[in-house]
Amino acid sequence: MMGWYWAGVFSLALLSFCSIFIGVIDLSVSDLWRDPDGLHLIAISRFPRTIAAVIAGGALAVAGCVMQMLVRNRFVEPMTAGTGQGAALGILLVTIFAPQAPIFLKMMLASATALFASLGFLAIVRRLPPKEPLLVPLVGLVYGGLIGASVVFVAYQADLLQFISVWLNGEFSGVLRGRYELLWLAALGAGFTYFAADQIAIVGLGRAITTSLGLSYGQVLLIGLISISFISALTVVTVGIIPFVGLVVPNIISRLFGDNLRRTLPLIAMLGAGLTLASDIAGRLLRYPFEIPVGSVLGVLGAFVFLGLLYRGQRYE
Amino acid sequence: MISIRNVSYQIGSTMILSDISLEIPKGKVTALIGPNGAGKSTLLSLIARLERLQSGTVRVGNLLVGECSNRELAQHLSILPQTLDQAPRLSVRELVSFGRYPYHQGRPQAEDNRAVDHALTVFGLADLAQRPLDALSGGQRQRVQIAMNFAQDTEYMLLDEPLNNLDIAGARSLMALLCDVSERHSKTIVIVLHDINYASRYADHIVAMQNGTIMAEGTPSEIVNADLLRDVFQTNAEIMHVDGVPIVLV
Ligand SMILES: Nc1ncnc2c1ncn2[C@@H]1O[C@H](COP(=O)(O)OP(=O)(O)O)[C@@H](O)[C@H]1O
Ligand SMILES: [Mg+2]
Repeated sequence: MMGWYWAGVFSLALLSFCSIFIGVIDLSVSDLWRDPDGLHLIAISRFPRTIAAVIAGGALAVAGCVMQMLVRNRFVEPMTAGTGQGAALGILLVTIFAPQAPIFLKMMLASATALFASLGFLAIVRRLPPKEPLLVPLVGLVYGGLIGASVVFVAYQADLLQFISVWLNGEFSGVLRGRYELLWLAALGAGFTYFAADQIAIVGLGRAITTSLGLSYGQVLLIGLISISFISALTVVTVGIIPFVGLVVPNIISRLFGDNLRRTLPLIAMLGAGLTLASDIAGRLLRYPFEIPVGSVLGVLGAFVFLGLLYRGQRYE
Repeated sequence: MISIRNVSYQIGSTMILSDISLEIPKGKVTALIGPNGAGKSTLLSLIARLERLQSGTVRVGNLLVGECSNRELAQHLSILPQTLDQAPRLSVRELVSFGRYPYHQGRPQAEDNRAVDHALTVFGLADLAQRPLDALSGGQRQRVQIAMNFAQDTEYMLLDEPLNNLDIAGARSLMALLCDVSERHSKTIVIVLHDINYASRYADHIVAMQNGTIMAEGTPSEIVNADLLRDVFQTNAEIMHVDGVPIVLV
């Protein structure tokens, strides 16, 4: 297990290195020491972009895992089941009604609407027949789609359409120093989730077992939903909705290593970060010098990985 | 002792339990029997507070269920719920370890690990400790779940139909083990059983339920008779006595 952690850290370091030195403007490691422009470029753009991909990917993978445990369904993730769209709706409403509000307040409001959207999703899931697990992601897609559509509608009415594509379609090309730092809070949120790893894993075993182990089911649900909403809101506000990481990564790790979150959450975070960063790098290279949005790369990659997973039942250690 | 006083429970306008009063003796194995839908699972859920009491009181030892904290209750009483859906992706040891959660709240100590090892040994699972649960048979998994309850190290254990997935050898060895555990660690164990013969043979005390009420209670030789079969189970099976134990001929 330790070996896997190290492999994760090493791959992530390697990818970060590539990410910093790949882009439209050529940079080479050997020239860097006598190239102040290069250092400047790294400081204001490449480094922030790399960090943003790492944090967003890692935190979203963690949020996806938490949501899958809370809902007890492996096919949901916050970015498609309404949480992300709820955050976008919140930030849109603040932009319309209180454009001067400090960014921190905007964040809090976006988290709050994300939380309401997640609570709504959970309330709907409760009413679905338990024997039909595939209904849950479908209903999630419709629900998330509805909220997303209402975001577009409100934005259209308020003449803010050009803003919302930034929130609804995740991308890292706009990440610059001074515009992504809020994401560190998402990293903090994901880190905080780790302290509740056992509780969330237990909730994944169902209400009866959770209660019989002395936990308050409702309380753990709420803690989980708050952390999902917080992570989603921060991600949506800074880089936009990034789909699939939260779905694919927890599934891969669960297949390979099981659901003891205390052991697996670090792996989930690292794989999420690595996958997102790799997709961003691929997006920069595939149609060089143009960029493909990370969401599109992840969509294609994620779909293949996921299909592969569905067909190959691998045993965890 | 578990004492239940005037407990009623309804869902919508349907009465599920009507005015139940019952004392479950301490340190003994009590079997809860009755036809499907009698309210056995509901009664256990109320004792373990998986569902909220609507009226009446339940006392587990000195704890008043309904007023004590979740954690306090979890240190005195454990329950094996009836509905076990798909196997979680955990190893045997990982699941059993969760039984210690009421004590360590996420930071297991050496003592917790010892309790887990002990539970694995008692339930004959030491060799399977690292196995994933979904690589086990239904019966083995059932055993692992009960081992988790055992690791919870509570004075009171409630088990809802623990024999469900077991063949006759598995069922007999589990019942013998539970009796042994009860005696050795003076635990109060309540088991919902479908087969009256297992209750007759292994339990110290039997409670028979029907339609949300208690129809009879007592030792096996006191209550397992033709009347019970007719009134509670609506059948006219014959009863034999082997070494004083009443056995229903099916
Ligand atoms: N959620 C529910 N809604 C409506 N009726 C229920 C519900 N749960 C249980 N019941 C009813 O309560 C009665 C007792 O159920 P239960 O305690 O599970 O019985 P047992 O465990 O003895 O088979 C049954 O008639 C069942 O139909
Ligand atoms: Mg039942």
